[in-house]
Amino acid sequence: MSSLISVLVVEPSDIIAEGLRSLLSQAGGYNVLAPMHDTSMLQERLPVLRPDLLIINPTLLSSTPRSQMASIESQRPSMTIVALVYQYIESSVLDLFRFRLDIRCCRSAMLSLLKDAVQSMQVKTDKEYVADDYELSERETDVLVLVAKGLSSKEIADKLNISIHTVNSHRKNITHKTGIKSVAGLAVYAMIHNLME
Amino acid sequence: MFTPRMKLADIIAANHNVILLLPRFGIPLGFGEKSVREVCASSGVPEDFMLLICNLYTFEDYLPLIDELSEIDMSPLVPYLKASHRYYTEERLPHIGAHIDNIAGRIDNRYGKVFQQFYADFRNQIEEHFSSEERYEFARVLALQQGASRRGLMKGTSKRSHPDLVDKLNDLTQIVYKYLPGNVLPEETMELVFDILQLSSDIQKHALIEDKILQPYMQWLERRGK
Repeated sequence: MSSLISVLVVEPSDIIAEGLRSLLSQAGGYNVLAPMHDTSMLQERLPVLRPDLLIINPTLLSSTPRSQMASIESQRPSMTIVALVYQYIESSVLDLFRFRLDIRCCRSAMLSLLKDAVQSMQVKTDKEYVADDYELSERETDVLVLVAKGLSSKEIADKLNISIHTVNSHRKNITHKTGIKSVAGLAVYAMIHNLME
Repeated sequence: MFTPRMKLADIIAANHNVILLLPRFGIPLGFGEKSVREVCASSGVPEDFMLLICNLYTFEDYLPLIDELSEIDMSPLVPYLKASHRYYTEERLPHIGAHIDNIAGRIDNRYGKVFQQFYADFRNQIEEHFSSEERYEFARVLALQQGASRRGLMKGTSKRSHPDLVDKLNDLTQIVYKYLPGNVLPEETMELVFDILQLSSDIQKHALIEDKILQPYMQWLERRGK
């Protein structure tokens, strides 16, 4: 990730978008993309623009804000979405946002909120990194083989000299990485991967 | 939500999975431009029950409460669920099994065997689950509907939970498209994946009907018959 945080503002008013741009460029560390006036092209443009932060006026969401938010999020899961607030917005819509930037607040309050939003984004990307790491570790492979042989978590803990807690956490990771939940399914997985002698 | 005045053809255009439900109601194709009301009347199916099932299969967040259910003619509930069981056990599971046997016969014999064994175990489990549901819950609802009092009725619940069975189906899909060698019978493997996905989404709706419609309805009948 480059050190500059790339920000996309979706806001109908040019004056407000411009105000936000000048605030962010003075604060430094942000790369502000050309603003959009509505959401008509948002979904198509997200994969190209790849913003880290999306600051959007919630009044621009469609009549089904929840599903629109979900599809925006799924389009770019690593991005954090911030509501841009300066007029009345229904609380059910506002609740969809974890971060709300109220431009009637002072500069420092606005900047600290954006800092929080950026931080939450870094946590998100860290998590994604772990999720992509799908290769089973040596220990997880040991546990998998014993699960496939039909041993219980307790028996595996005794055999490997680790706590049952650790066994369960290995089992959770195995399921997460292979996509397989049942013991029988894991046995097939172990067999196909030549893990059973 | 679907209503009795809508054309059946329009409902199917909105959700093509509804077409799979028609044989379970004994409704044949060839209904032309008829409305749900007309089709149901000519096939002797209560329209409110038919719409209940179609709506459940189509709208994710639709789940009627017992007040609403008690207004609906629920006499076809058990026959409908049994027809679904028959569709799974007599048509879908053997069809998927034939694909699996074909593919297993073409890959390394050792994997082939475990793969077949996995499916055979799953099939046994699900068939056992269906037949114990029919023995306990279904029989109980039928008796209560005919006015039997709850005393004197056999108590008992079916084995194996629905989430467990859905997990197994999910595992089966994962194994087929992620871990089986992809160069053996690619077209048939693809067909198999789609067959399993289709069955899996059908069974999830079926389980929803049993957990969120059949169960509360049975409890309501018990309270009423006290």
